[in-house]
Amino acid sequence: MPKNMVYIALQNNEDARGIIEAIERDNPHATVSHFPAMVKIDAPGRIVVKRETVEELIGREWDPQEIHVSLVSISGNVDETEDEFILERNN
Amino acid sequence: MAKKLNLRDKYALMTRDLSWDPSYQPFEKLFPQMEMEGIKIDDWSKWEDPFRLTMDAYWKYQAEKERKLYSIIDAFAQNNAHLNVTDARYVNAIKLFLTGVSPLEYQAHRGFAMVGRQFPGVGAQVACQMQSVDELRHVQTQIHTMSHYNKYFNGFHDWSHMHDRVWYLSVPKSFFDDAMTAGPFEFITAISFSFEYVLTNLLFMPFMSGAAYNGDMATVTFGFSAQSDESRHMTLGLEVIKFMLEAHPDNLPIIQGWIDKWFWRGYRLLSLVSMMMDYMLPKRVMSWKEAWDMYFVQNGGALFEDLARYGVRMPKHWEVSVKEADRLSHETWNVFYNYGHAAAFNSWMPSEEEMEWLSAKYPETFDKYYRPRFTFFRNLEEQGKPFSNPTLPMLCQTCQVPMFYTEPDDPTTVCFRASEYKGDHYHFCSDGCKDIFDNEPEKYVQSWLPVHQIYQGNCGGATVPEVLEWYHLVDGADNAKYPFSPDYENWKKWKGQVAKEDDAA
Repeated sequence: MPKNMVYIALQNNEDARGIIEAIERDNPHATVSHFPAMVKIDAPGRIVVKRETVEELIGREWDPQEIHVSLVSISGNVDETEDEFILERNN
Repeated sequence: MAKKLNLRDKYALMTRDLSWDPSYQPFEKLFPQMEMEGIKIDDWSKWEDPFRLTMDAYWKYQAEKERKLYSIIDAFAQNNAHLNVTDARYVNAIKLFLTGVSPLEYQAHRGFAMVGRQFPGVGAQVACQMQSVDELRHVQTQIHTMSHYNKYFNGFHDWSHMHDRVWYLSVPKSFFDDAMTAGPFEFITAISFSFEYVLTNLLFMPFMSGAAYNGDMATVTFGFSAQSDESRHMTLGLEVIKFMLEAHPDNLPIIQGWIDKWFWRGYRLLSLVSMMMDYMLPKRVMSWKEAWDMYFVQNGGALFEDLARYGVRMPKHWEVSVKEADRLSHETWNVFYNYGHAAAFNSWMPSEEEMEWLSAKYPETFDKYYRPRFTFFRNLEEQGKPFSNPTLPMLCQTCQVPMFYTEPDDPTTVCFRASEYKGDHYHFCSDGCKDIFDNEPEKYVQSWLPVHQIYQGNCGGATVPEVLEWYHLVDGADNAKYPFSPDYENWKKWKGQVAKEDDAA
């Protein structure tokens, strides 16, 4: 297992579904694990959540700050802009 | 209409622009705790805010979370969903949560209000202020959610009183008392970094996921709603560590000492969570050992690898936590079963099927060290003579957990350490706890140890019934072994199992 793993965990509900699918699409290196009520996504180095992809999947405008409503937990250094929510570890 | 501000500009306007330089009071008088811990910060403007959350967005999203949470709590109550949990034994995990965890949320609320006032940087002030509000929200939503169970099960009636008095609850209580009586930089390292960033995922992820698995949608919803705030809190925790380390090289040894101390204190506190996962969830999601491997060894390992660039190393004694992962939950549950007559929840022995699960998850230890003892206890239960230990255990002076942990390399020998200070002997469960004491003996000689206090006559009297009364525990109900408890009798009636058992007989 690489040492620079990051993860994001989201609730497994309707609000988070589009976000989870967007993460899968934009982060092909990520591993998605399903637990009761929760989805955990692990990846080496970086996970990016893109506003554009989420909007395309849910069919409405989406502000990356809305992620707070569905988040369960994270690990990694956070960088938040109006277009992306990024978790990374560069070591 | 004016052009919409971008996130960075909006953030700057609504946080950084709120600060001012004092003109008629010296800085030292305004922030009197900034020097006392030896942390050197020259420029608070270097504080980075990864979540650029401003108050307007904060209220908007928090309100949305609250609406979702309360609609689920309503649905849970309307549906009599307490009857749809897997088993009434499960509810005991929630009793432990209410007495042992919810009061810590309140302590965290107070703590962050306090440090938010002490930090001169406006970025840190705003983050602490939001966290303080979050923590108050957590304790309130937890009380509301769990009040539903109070109508149907014993043990929910006086949790705040119990938190202050019941012996094992001195473990979480003393953890926060220790942090609250430190300076602001140590408090935030202890709570935001060591506890929230490194350790709380063990409670709020696999345990809350387990709550969902056991049919408790009310608890999982407050748990995830709280944990979604934790994501911000963890970011604050990581940020404050990076900020202090970047500010001055002299800060590193102080911070490393705090990381060592608070990792170990937090890990000892999580012993309660280990037994919640392995013994108190009738349907289990993963074992304590698997969770420790996933959230501490892998994820904590990645975190500390990342921090190595600042000279930070893994917390001292972390290897011991890995060695103990095979036995932590069994040793803890054994002690709670022994002293179940003085606990604020019902305890029990695992069924044969559950022992099979434990044996599969812990092939190196369960059958060899714990199954024989637990089978013995279960046989006594079946004869109608459940075992209780009539003695009082010796407590560790630092973590206040009874001294039941075994040697890191020998699960058959109880780990015992001692120090002498000003002519008195003090006892510890581990090298980790002894180190913490030896670094700050003046602090830990003052520990309020429940067993000592009982013997000194400060807990209602010298007999068990007197102490239980002082705890506000109802003898024979709140503290009974589960198969002999009113909760179990009620559960059988509600689930229509009485008739079935009579038919079988």
